[in-house]
Amino acid sequence: MSQPFSAAMSQVGPDSDVVVTSRVRLARNISGFPFISRASNPVRQEIMRVVRRAVDQSCNGTDHDHGMRWIELQSAPSRDRILLSERHLVSRHFANSDGPRALALSSDEHSSIMVNEEDHLRIQFLCAGSRLSDAFKEAFALENALANCTNFSFHPRWGYLTACPTNVGCGIRMSAMLHLPGAQIMKETDRIKRAAKELHLAVRGYYGEGSESIGDFFQFSNQTTLGATEDALLEEFNGIVLPRLIGYEREARTAALARYRSRIEDIVFRSHANLSAARLLTADAATKDLSRMRFGVVMGLLPIELTTIQRLLLQVQPAHLSLIDPRSLESEEADREVRATYVRQELMRSTKDTK
Amino acid sequence: MNCDHCDKPAVVHEIVIKGGDSKEVHLCSDHAIAAGYPLPVEQHLADIFPKLGSVAKVEAAKSKERSAKCAACGLTFTIFRKSATLGCPACYDAFMPMIEKVIESAQDGATHHLGRSPVGGAEIERVQNLRVKMMRDLEAAVAAEQYERAAKLRDELKALDSPSP
Repeated sequence: MSQPFSAAMSQVGPDSDVVVTSRVRLARNISGFPFISRASNPVRQEIMRVVRRAVDQSCNGTDHDHGMRWIELQSAPSRDRILLSERHLVSRHFANSDGPRALALSSDEHSSIMVNEEDHLRIQFLCAGSRLSDAFKEAFALENALANCTNFSFHPRWGYLTACPTNVGCGIRMSAMLHLPGAQIMKETDRIKRAAKELHLAVRGYYGEGSESIGDFFQFSNQTTLGATEDALLEEFNGIVLPRLIGYEREARTAALARYRSRIEDIVFRSHANLSAARLLTADAATKDLSRMRFGVVMGLLPIELTTIQRLLLQVQPAHLSLIDPRSLESEEADREVRATYVRQELMRSTKDTK
Repeated sequence: MNCDHCDKPAVVHEIVIKGGDSKEVHLCSDHAIAAGYPLPVEQHLADIFPKLGSVAKVEAAKSKERSAKCAACGLTFTIFRKSATLGCPACYDAFMPMIEKVIESAQDGATHHLGRSPVGGAEIERVQNLRVKMMRDLEAAVAAEQYERAAKLRDELKALDSPSP
């Protein structure tokens, strides 16, 4: 976890110009146990024991060996919990809540299982770029492996039972984090959000449920989980909705560049200049400027690698910054100073690399 | 006006037509009952009572909803309404039919799971049970003129028959 670069958040993949990450998450509960809201701490411990045994039996030392590590969040240092949340591997709520809870995490950090979140298990696969089909296959491979070692709560009519009755059925949440600067410049974001709602998609901010959008990053996810097969839900989201959103954003970018080229160049180069010169920098300000630079990079305006931008987007977050230089934890000013210095150095180096 | 048969005030006033002749009848409550006429007060109450009855029924249903409690985990429906989170798998059956409404409105009217199930053996039984229940629901929906729901059910039945890709 102390490696700063292994997370899906700092990599690139297919359609990375628009799609930052893809994720499939499956909600499952172990039969014979109450859901989390009615589970006492001893019961939660017992659920963790059952899941851990299933993970050990099904994953480690088998074909499904992902080198799963077991991290108990209630005893993990606060910095580690924040690192996981900055990598989008756990929700902020899960990182900060109380009670026995754990994360099983594969060595490449793509596969993970949140234990005792809203449901007993949230089995997930997270990867860079538009790779929902892969994420779907991998999440179900892990789910199948676990299902051989434990029983998931299932109802003949409602399907997989979840703590929140609106997630029943397939218990699947597919999501894509999209970068939509083109739509934002063309003032189309609200229209996209409205269209998404009509298609029964949820639109959320950078850190998922309840978070604000920072730097034109939006997370789109399906809300329908009942009355269709998993394959049909994937086909609808990945085969129809997502390509349209990607196409729409690309058209908006082309139109924006044709109409407002100077303005866009101004925004992009100012952001680069800002980050190359700043001596004090907050995480939000850095994220906003990096988002604008990201737009410049994918539009061919800035000769910097997209991977550099992706990596910096993760590294400017407070816990990741403290991995690079722990002095950032000393004070608010130190945090800003360390961030500005690091970003400046990295941008100088990346410009040299491309020359 | 007094009763035709005594001095009590008449409460029933009728015009009886018999063989082309019409005749006025005025009866007190005692003589009206004796002659088999329904009393106006009773008619009035009869109008009101079914309504009162249905109000009472709705109230009873609401209070039943409020007092509904899952025998397995002890969660009450009132707490569920506040938290939107169920206590255990048995809550799904304990809070029928309220839970059905919650799910159908969140799921765009979908009424049954059509996806994967955990064990292969249970699959056959599940589909059989599901099929019977869905057909019954479909009949009920058609009878109640809930055509949207019926169409949804029909689609889901069709999807159940077609082999998954």
